[in-house]
Amino acid sequence: MSEPILQLRSVSKSFGAVQVLHDVDLTVRAGEVTALVGDNGAGKSTLVKCVAGIHPIDGGEILFDGDPVALHSPSDASRLGIEVVYQDLALADNLDIVQNMFLGRERGRPWLLDEADMEQAARRTLASLSVRTVTSVRTPVASLSGGQRQTVAIAKAVLWDSRVVLLDEPTAALGVAQTRQVLDLVRRLAEQGIGVVLISHNMADVFEVADRIATLYLGRMVAEVPTRDVTHGQVVELITAGRSGDLGLARPEGVVGQ
Amino acid sequence: MTAPETHKSAAEKAGPGNRAADFGIDTTARTTGEAIRGYLRGLRNGELGSLPALLGLAALFVLFTILDSGGTFPSLLNLANLLQQGAGRTIIAMGLVFVLLTGEIDLAAGTASGLAAALMALHLVSGGNMLGAMGGFVFAVLIVAMLVAAALAIWVRVWAGAVVSVLTAAILLVGVPANPWIEMLLAVGVGVVVGCLTGFLVARVGMPSFVVTLALFITWQGVILQLIGDGGTLGLRDPVINAVANGNLSTVGSWVLFVVAAGGYAAVKLLQQRARLHKGLVAQPTGLVLIKVGAVVVLGAVATFLLTQDRSPGVIAISGIPYVVPIVLVLLVLGTYVLDRTRFGRHVYAVGGNREAARRAGIDVVRIRAAVFVISSAFAAIGAIVYSSKVGSVSPAAGGGNTLLFAVGAAVIGGTSLFGGRGRVSNAVIGGAVLATVENGLGLLKQPAAVVFIITGLVLLLAAGVDVLSRRKSAAAGR
Ligand SMILES: Nc1ncnc2c1ncn2[C@@H]1O[C@H](COP(=O)(O)OP(=O)(O)O)[C@@H](O)[C@H]1O
Ligand SMILES: [Mg+2]
Repeated sequence: MSEPILQLRSVSKSFGAVQVLHDVDLTVRAGEVTALVGDNGAGKSTLVKCVAGIHPIDGGEILFDGDPVALHSPSDASRLGIEVVYQDLALADNLDIVQNMFLGRERGRPWLLDEADMEQAARRTLASLSVRTVTSVRTPVASLSGGQRQTVAIAKAVLWDSRVVLLDEPTAALGVAQTRQVLDLVRRLAEQGIGVVLISHNMADVFEVADRIATLYLGRMVAEVPTRDVTHGQVVELITAGRSGDLGLARPEGVVGQ
Repeated sequence: MTAPETHKSAAEKAGPGNRAADFGIDTTARTTGEAIRGYLRGLRNGELGSLPALLGLAALFVLFTILDSGGTFPSLLNLANLLQQGAGRTIIAMGLVFVLLTGEIDLAAGTASGLAAALMALHLVSGGNMLGAMGGFVFAVLIVAMLVAAALAIWVRVWAGAVVSVLTAAILLVGVPANPWIEMLLAVGVGVVVGCLTGFLVARVGMPSFVVTLALFITWQGVILQLIGDGGTLGLRDPVINAVANGNLSTVGSWVLFVVAAGGYAAVKLLQQRARLHKGLVAQPTGLVLIKVGAVVVLGAVATFLLTQDRSPGVIAISGIPYVVPIVLVLLVLGTYVLDRTRFGRHVYAVGGNREAARRAGIDVVRIRAAVFVISSAFAAIGAIVYSSKVGSVSPAAGGGNTLLFAVGAAVIGGTSLFGGRGRVSNAVIGGAVLATVENGLGLLKQPAAVVFIITGLVLLLAAGVDVLSRRKSAAAGR
């Protein structure tokens, strides 16, 4: 088993009076795909946004390469090599693919961007991911299909020397062929030594690509287990009831309605 | 988008070896036919750009030339006059494009320009003694406002705005004697000060720009009235300031301008094209680039030739390209460069296209949103110099009335979207030309002001309608 890159310890997060994350632990290892599953509203997206530096955490700590880190802004996270593909894709429709991939990290001087360098790098990255759904890297994102946008968002995340990539429901809006492609992409990222966190509702997808499965139930991490040690049914039970046999919360009823 | 789908399945069968090469190989250099088809597809998807405005401009020229039986409209004197009449408000519109790109509006750009004009005129008339001209209290308020603006600019990290605001306050405090160049600098400085205040309120405090600038629109109008006095006017009796909108380049100067502008445009376009082809980047077909460059050079040469002929109906000859042309050209090149080639420009588009995406990309959204108001007001002040020069004086009505509506109209008619994210500085120039032509042509046809207003309003309505339709179409094409 490889070294953990990213570790969350007892992370808590509230929005006003509503506590969304309760003492969540999570470990992300290099070269592994960790699936993060949970019902709608379990707090998966919130967890991702905490790691991305979008939401400050209220309690607990985040360790990167074993050292505690403070993530106050998206640039803090990207400086460490943490990249996020958001559920609500963070792409600017009016910009083209290259411009989106380099947004906020343009190459060249501030007063004279190096368009050639960016365009070539974008094309290389897309090619390295074996992406073949885009006609031209200078196409505005507005005219791309859902799958193509997802591809651009993922390529954007791996353009950098990313160590950890978190994907929030990347296949939710996709057709069969496009889902296939994104899952291949996810596997390839892990093969490149990246620590991947994949959020998905599709159990078949999760069991196909994930090395470990982490389950959130009402903002609590109820189980973090190797994929081969659990069955579909157990994971579904963990998601819906917070407990399955020995796994999960001792008294899931106790947290309901809190 | 069915084409990529079929393309993809073919590639899938080809196996992993061919996959990597599959991307982008045939997409860089397109043939002219493909480029034209691509352009037409873009048009159908609502990427209209300046096309409707350019067609409208051509139609208006033909229409007025036919309708104006006296032959005044197509006369050289009138065309040169048209350029000078429209330039001031067009420059305000060019600055507004930056604000519109972020999805905001600056309703105060007009009266802010009037304020810049009033302070400029006051400084000139008083020989630089502003303290004497406006009294101790008003002077103190003005200086404090400028220093506050500088502090607020620092708060939102618009460093240039802070520096210019302090410099402007210094000019007033030191009492630099009147000098046409100092006056123009002062005007731009006042614009920057106003922009820092607006930008802070919108970007940092988070008030809707519509409300902030509506309030400031009225406020600046009051300040101008206070400074000039009801019914008063301040004369701009200075040969340099007078020449800005009324003077012309010499014949030699005109041709030098042509060579620099057209030659520069051709050189930049052709070198860029060569570099893109050389590096294997996405490029337009060379034939198309050559046609574009050729058209600009030929049209420029014809216009230069015509404008260097004597166009005076009287004895004293008038010839040469009006100064406003190089002024607008320089601002156009500058604005286009900033938006297309700099990191700042890229971030302006990003903030307008998807503010949350910009924030997540680590862009300093507050700074960008504040900075566009500084740019807008600074351009408005330059516009004020031009339109004040044209009339030769500044009245309490300066920058009021429909100045702002003309400017917003010019930007939108030229193809800048009111929803943000889409637009170019050149849109404002083209749209400004359309509105100036409507006004000028209808005036020559002896139409009353009522008709001019109604037609101008309808043209604007039409442009806004095109904006909404094209937005809807491009949204539909995205899925
Ligand atoms: N910005 C926010 N402000 C307030 N509540 C929020 C915010 N974001 C998410 N929540 C709440 O947090 C809970 C978890 O949401 P989320 O993380 O999106 O769940 P998931 O992604 O697992 O479906 C939900 O109840 C949601 O309403
Ligand atoms: Mg979610």
